[in-house]
This record gives sequence, C-alpha cells and structure tokens, in this order.
Amino acid sequence: MTHEAPAPTAAHTTGATHTAAALALGDDALVLSHRLGEWMGHAPVLEEEVALGNIALDLLGQARILLSMAGDEDELAYLREERAFRNVQLVEQPNGDFAHTIVRQLYFSTYQHLLYDRLATGRSPFAGLAAKAVKEVAYHRDHAEQWALRLGDGTEASHERMRRACTALWRFTGELFRPVDGLHVDPAGLEAAWLESVGGILGRAGLTLPEGPRTGAWTAGAGREGLHTESFGRMLAEMQHLHRSHPGATW
Amino acid sequence: MATAAAHQTARTHGHAGQQGGAGSDEAYQRVFDATVAADERIEPRDWMPDAYRATLVRQIAQHAHSEIIGMQPEANWITRAPSLRRKAILMAKVQDEAGHGLYLYSAAETLGASRDDLLDKLHTGRQKYSSIFNYPTLTWADVGAIGWLVDGAAITNQVPLCRCSYGPYARAMVRVCKEESFHQRQGYELLLALSRGTPEQHAMAQDAVDRWWWPSLMMFGPPDDESAHSAQSMAWKIKRHSNDELRRRFVDICVPQAESLGLTLPDPDLRWNEEQGHYDFGPIDWTEFKEVLKGNGPCNEQRITQRTQAHDEGAWVREAAAAYAAKHSPRTEVEQA
Repeated sequence: MTHEAPAPTAAHTTGATHTAAALALGDDALVLSHRLGEWMGHAPVLEEEVALGNIALDLLGQARILLSMAGDEDELAYLREERAFRNVQLVEQPNGDFAHTIVRQLYFSTYQHLLYDRLATGRSPFAGLAAKAVKEVAYHRDHAEQWALRLGDGTEASHERMRRACTALWRFTGELFRPVDGLHVDPAGLEAAWLESVGGILGRAGLTLPEGPRTGAWTAGAGREGLHTESFGRMLAEMQHLHRSHPGATW
Repeated sequence: MATAAAHQTARTHGHAGQQGGAGSDEAYQRVFDATVAADERIEPRDWMPDAYRATLVRQIAQHAHSEIIGMQPEANWITRAPSLRRKAILMAKVQDEAGHGLYLYSAAETLGASRDDLLDKLHTGRQKYSSIFNYPTLTWADVGAIGWLVDGAAITNQVPLCRCSYGPYARAMVRVCKEESFHQRQGYELLLALSRGTPEQHAMAQDAVDRWWWPSLMMFGPPDDESAHSAQSMAWKIKRHSNDELRRRFVDICVPQAESLGLTLPDPDLRWNEEQGHYDFGPIDWTEFKEVLKGNGPCNEQRITQRTQAHDEGAWVREAAAAYAAKHSPRTEVEQA
C-alpha cells in the first residue's frame, strides 16, 4: 500500500467531478467529527458528553458515506497526507474552550444545514445522503444555537468568551462560500441566508457579527485546495499513526 | 420517568409507606420485609430502613461513578482508532457509558441523593469507582480486552441486579445490561479480528488479555470471607450471589471464549475440575487489589485529575446555563412584565 495521496481527483478528470465534491464534504464531516471526539471524557456536564458524542457520531456516519462515494473510506482517511485533505479550515480548528467549540459548531452546522437542505431537493448523487443528513444537522444547529444563547446571554464571563470565539473563528467563514468542484449547488448562494441566520442567533445572544475580514489570501483559507492550518498535521498524525503502523492489516 | 412508574407500582402494591399515615417503624419494617421476601420491588416513596437507603445510595453512586470514570480509558483511543468503523463503534460505546452514568445518577436521586453532591464525593475521593478503571489502555487491543473481559465481568455482576429489590435500580440495570452485552460482543469481535490478523496484531491481542485478565477477576470484589457488606446486601436482595460465586461463573464463561479467540489466559493453574463442574484457577493478588483501592494503582491520580479538571473547567459553562435559565424562566419574565 502506498503512502502517496490516493489522488483527490481534479475536477477535470472524466466522470470524477462528484468524487471531488464527495471528498470535500466527506473531509469536512470526518475532521469535525474527530475534533468533537477529542471532547469525550472532558465535557463541562455529562449531558454534553452525550450530545457532543452524538454529533460526532452523526458526522462520522456522513463522512463514511461520502468517502465511500470517492473510494475506500479507510484508505482515504488514514493514508492521505495533509496536503491531500479537502476540508475547510474551519472544521480543523482546535477545540479551544467550550465557547470556541460552540461557535465552530454554530458557523459550520448553519452552513451544512443550508447546503444539505439545498442538495436534498436536487438530483445530484448527494440528494439521498443530504435528505437523511439534513435532519441530523438540524439537530446539531439547534444544539449550537441553544448553547450560543446560554453562553452569550449567560454571565459576563461566558459572554466575553463567546465574543472572543466569534471573532477568532470569523476569518475561517469566508471559505464556506467558495465553489466546490463537482457540487451542483454553488455555496455562494447560501451566504445571505447564513449571515441572516447566524446574525440573528448572535443578536438574540447579545452578540454581534464580527467585523474582520473573511476572504483574502491570509484570511479565508484554502482548505479545499489542500492548504491547511498548522494544527491539522498534528491532528492527522494522531489519527493515522496506528493504521499506518500496520500496513495492509485489517481491523 | 422511573419515578412516575415507581409511584404507580408503590400504589398498586398497596404498601404501608409514609402516605399511610398511621403505624410505627416496626409496622413499616414488617411491610418492607414482606415485600422483599415476596420478591417484590421497593419503590422511592415506600418506607425503607435507613441503612438500606444508605447502602443503595453508596452502591448506585459508585456504579454511576464507574461509568463516568470508565469513559476515560476507552476515550483514550477514540482519536487513534485504526478504522472508521471501529472509531464509530468506540464513540457510540463511550457515549452509552455517559448515558448509563446519567440513568444511575437518576436512580440514586430517587433515594434523596443529589447528583452534584455525589459528583463532589467522587471528586474528593469520598466515594469510589470500580478499581478496574485505574489500569491504563496501552494499545488498541486494550479496547477489545475491556469490551470482552471488563464488560463481560460487569454483565455477570449486573444481570442479577436486574432483579434487585430496589425498583429504580433494577430497571436501570435492565437498560444498562442490554447495551453492555452489545459492547461485550463488539469487544470480543475486535479481539477476534486482531487474533486472526497479522502476527503483530495477534501479539497485541494476547498482550492485552494478559494484562486485563487478573484485574477483571478482581472486579467481583474481595473473597466471600472478607466481604464486609455481602451478607446484609444478600438479605436485602440487593445482591443475589456472592462475589466468589459470580467470579467462578465468569471464569467458566471466559475459558471456552478464549479458546475460540485463539488466545490464552495468563494462569498456569487454570484447569477443569470434573468433580465440581467448574474451572479451578490460580490465586488472585489481593495485595495489588487493595493497593489500587487505596489509590495506588497505575492511573488513580490521572483519572480523578482529568475528571475534576473537566468539572472545574466546565464551571463557567454551568454558571452561564444557570444564569440564562434564571433570566429566561417563565416566572422571571412574568415578574419583569
């Protein structure tokens, strides 16, 4: 088995456009699921051990279906190098404190909900998956919203942590609306609804949408092209080391 | 939910309980004894001896704590699980354990305890959790060994608890046991895949079984002649079988399973006893058991530190949720209007 990247197919490869999109969406779900898995045994209340674990499992389920559309799920998850991963940079951001995790969930699940909702009604190869997953994602979005309200409109300290998290992750949100090769939906068309939804929730939580830039060479990120942030390589090292230590083994 | 069902049962049984008004403790005691003797359930609003209540709070709380601390050795491998299928199974399992902890804290709360207080007792070492979780998970195969042996021992202990005299605990155990037996099969299947895999995988599986076998046998508690609470718990039908009896039953189940796994158990004295119809096994290192119980096992310090750290670092989140609830409760809104 080679440790070369099992070629995330370029969009122009014949018949492989949906593969590129499956990798992009599958990597988003895989990486965020992994980050949420890191919370297990560390959550602030027992109910959140259950909730975060539940969301992580839903996302892992989505990732497995999407990666299987693009090839062998385990080869794709465990044998690609960092530069071959196609997830947006938002989902690879370290968990930080609970507010960071919640804001990452709010930003991402709102996007994913809008996207899957749109994909579910189309006739793309993703319609079936999206129709099932949109229900899970609606729950994830609700969970993030409920916590955003509690933390934003809770104590002064929790409000301040939320404000910082919203700002820190803001620069990674522009990338969500860039085109994805092989996807029949242009994410750019989701941006207005996303801003309205996230802005509305933050408003009810006593917070405002951050003002910093979300696009541009040093802000938006280029995870879809395989350019990631520094912590991502370390995350993959942990995720892949056992699988890579036993080439060819089955588990 | 357990509480609602419990009240109903109590009424149907027509127990004397506090709601009866008249009657002395002796009369209540007679009803309690008769209920236990008839193999019926004691429910939260029924009268019960103080010592029965205290024993149950202690046992159920420690059971709940074990589920919560028991998440750690397995969660240790979530981020390194070697296939996405195994990762999904492990995540689901750890999530189930948190759920079991929640059921059990609820069961303890029907006895008048509070979850916050019980957690505080765990964090300050005033209540214990199962000694098994003070052993480290050093390889992926440990996840399988925990499923097969540790969950297997837990089930052997817990199945009789489904008939425990205290209703809420018995009902919690029915739900817990269903999920635990599922985990146990998955652990066995994980080990089987390793045992039949590459030589390195097989060796990994054998090494894990070698390390987890004796600690699993210790999960049944001290030998019968040294078990302080056993006699009373059996009289109250909280416990149905002695520690040694359950331990022997477990060994009898494991030996053929180890054979079909193609793995050996690390006990040179293990052999079939034709006369008794059971396996004989070697002596358990009770000194090690006592040391682990005293807090001197390999991971005692680490487990409690991680638990208290999660709790302390989560304080601001719980405070925020409480502040939000206070601001937005219907009552506050009426007052503000």
